[in-house]
Amino acid sequence: MIAAIEPSWYLILAALLFSIGAFGLLVRRNPLVMFMCIELMLNAANLTFVALATKLGDINGQTAVFFVMVVAAAEVVVGLGILVSILRRRPGATADDLVALKG
Amino acid sequence: MAELVWLIPAFPLLGFLTILVAGRKLGEPKAGLLATAAVAASFVVAVGVFFDLLGRDEADRSETVTLFSWVPVGDLSIDLAFLVDPLSITMCLFVTGIGSLIHLYSIGYMHGDPKFSKFFLYLNLFVLSMTLLVLGSNLLVTFLGWEGVGTCSYFLISFWHTKEANATAGKKAFVTNRVGDFGVMIAMFLAFGAVGSLDYAVINDSALAGTLTEVTATGIAAMLFLGAVGKSAQLPLYIWLPDAMAGPTPVSALIHAATMVTAGVYLMVRVNPVLGVAADWVPTMIAWVGAITALFAATIALAQNDIKKVLAYSTVSQLGYMFLAVGTGAYVAAIFHMVTHAFFKALLFLGSGSVIHGMHEEQDMRKMGKLLKFMPVTAGTFIIGWLAIAGVPPFAGFWSKDEILLFAAAESWILYGIGIVTAIITAFYMTRQVVMTFFGEAKWGSHANEAEAAHLDSGDGDDGEGDDELVDAGTPKSLSAAANAEVDDQVETNGAHGEFKPHESPPFMLIPLVVLAGLSIVGGAINLPTLGIIPKDWQHKLLDWLHPLVEFGEEAEARGIGEAVIKDTWAYENKVLLIFVAIACAVIGIVAAWMVYEKKKAKPFEPELLERGWRYDESISNFMGGPGRWLFQKTADFDKGIIDGAVNGVATVVRTVATRARVLQTGFVRQYAGVIGIGVVLLLIWFVVIRGIL
Repeated sequence: MIAAIEPSWYLILAALLFSIGAFGLLVRRNPLVMFMCIELMLNAANLTFVALATKLGDINGQTAVFFVMVVAAAEVVVGLGILVSILRRRPGATADDLVALKG
Repeated sequence: MAELVWLIPAFPLLGFLTILVAGRKLGEPKAGLLATAAVAASFVVAVGVFFDLLGRDEADRSETVTLFSWVPVGDLSIDLAFLVDPLSITMCLFVTGIGSLIHLYSIGYMHGDPKFSKFFLYLNLFVLSMTLLVLGSNLLVTFLGWEGVGTCSYFLISFWHTKEANATAGKKAFVTNRVGDFGVMIAMFLAFGAVGSLDYAVINDSALAGTLTEVTATGIAAMLFLGAVGKSAQLPLYIWLPDAMAGPTPVSALIHAATMVTAGVYLMVRVNPVLGVAADWVPTMIAWVGAITALFAATIALAQNDIKKVLAYSTVSQLGYMFLAVGTGAYVAAIFHMVTHAFFKALLFLGSGSVIHGMHEEQDMRKMGKLLKFMPVTAGTFIIGWLAIAGVPPFAGFWSKDEILLFAAAESWILYGIGIVTAIITAFYMTRQVVMTFFGEAKWGSHANEAEAAHLDSGDGDDGEGDDELVDAGTPKSLSAAANAEVDDQVETNGAHGEFKPHESPPFMLIPLVVLAGLSIVGGAINLPTLGIIPKDWQHKLLDWLHPLVEFGEEAEARGIGEAVIKDTWAYENKVLLIFVAIACAVIGIVAAWMVYEKKKAKPFEPELLERGWRYDESISNFMGGPGRWLFQKTADFDKGIIDGAVNGVATVVRTVATRARVLQTGFVRQYAGVIGIGVVLLLIWFVVIRGIL
């Protein structure tokens, strides 16, 4: 029998995932990778929600996760659409190249 | 029948829409006949409503017919509703009655005009607006009509807009009227602020009940009077009316003599309880403005040579009489004079139009004369109009003017004096006009209209008449020799072939003249005075008819209006004497002018100052072009510098700050993310360390 994992471990994992995402967003220039970093941070937040919902016995935390997932899906649709159109126009463009869009 | 009152504006609306859609296809004369029929149908409805009201008790004669709720906004609820009462129906009767006669006349007058159907389009729109104005049960509906007639007036003054002067005259009328119109709007705001409604019934009732304070009533009355001064061409805003003569003559007759310009008088009579509550200086001011305008315009009319300008100044003068009546509390006399004036002034204008038509667009009276022989019907009817306006009994103008002078005498001898002097001058300048136009020797023999002569001269070669050698613009032809029917025909259809000869107008134009002449003779019968020789049943018909509206029962005396108020004065007791004074004045004026202009016993007195209207118009132009312009320029500069400056200044500050701030936006997404991260960390520190949460 595996001992029940403490909720605090989930929170630590979520913090780690979030930090990786945030760090990746700051250091990487590939827009697709930056996108994945954002997803990482979102899911870290989701994990926190679920962990705390289980610990506190409150279903609301799990409900919030559904909202985050729906919003994330929508954001991916729009974001990837923009990404594809940018990369089609300028293959291999990095996020820093987009500085050209500055007014 | 009263509930069918909406048909009165509906018929002209229908005519307007039909001509709007199919005017060109209808063409001449069908468009004109349709428009005439529309207005005549309105007249028939008005007559029906009139008899309906006549059959009722005096107390039941006022009825509001609501069509729909027009402006329901919060506390303000304005219906498109018509007020059917003796006053509005009296107005409707003469507006649609004279309107249909003038429509009929226009069919003849506008014959051959390329914009024939458009003319009737505007005329019907005008009648629609005018009936809305007089029938409206609240100030807003009246204002709708008020602006509508102003717009039509503008369209019709500049109807022949290819001539610059006509277009300018239209603009002048429009702009001058704006000055007055803002007064009407202020009055509406005041009325709504004070009683919460724009209905005449509510406003008048609160004035009668004493809930309207004197200050508010003074404001409303004074502001409405400002509107009336603009619309009814009184000093100091009369300047647009003489210029408005640039429009076709039927327009001058309908709009600038008989109906629209009397709207101001109507409005003052409509709100007469408010005038009663207002401070004393308001009626006094109205009376003085009216009296001074009457005298001022009459003196100008003395020296005018344009046949229509004389009548224009005469109209301003007669409107002054009406305001004199309003100011002295003689509301019935004001309406009475409005009706008789509509008869004889429309007649005179239409007569002058007939003369202009017969003289081939000549308007200068110095080039007329002896037309009695050539235009017998026009001359005969014009003479009736002349006697009516000069105040010769028993013509219509005598009775109404006498009534006004009676009230003026009871109020103040100076006002009476001004009125009497004006009456003499009126008789004088009208006689001068009649003599110059219809009597004396023919001054058009040398082919008055040079421009037309030249035109015909050059055009004759194409006519194939073969009489080119006979054509000589400057040579008079033997008139009597040429006066056979065949030549007459030619002259009528084709202008002069080297021969200039006035001709009588077609029947379309003569029928209205004859009808109006008849009305000008008997029109006075609607309100004969209290005199021993006149049967009791015939006296004061109009007064009895309008009684509940203008005297409001027993309190009339307390509010200072109506005949009751002047019963004890010296003037009332000696009114027979006053009547003889009035007759004497008319005779003096007529005889004096006859001596000067027909018998040539004295040199005409026509100083240039009067011919140029006391230089009033020029002074205004000079002022507006000189110091006034400087003032407007300064106002515009203030607007540009201070008002716009404040707005632009704010924008400039924002732009400067923003230019500095946009440096922060580098375009590097990673940098933004880093800033957000730092922000989160700072917030965390704030919450944990400073606020002590956790």
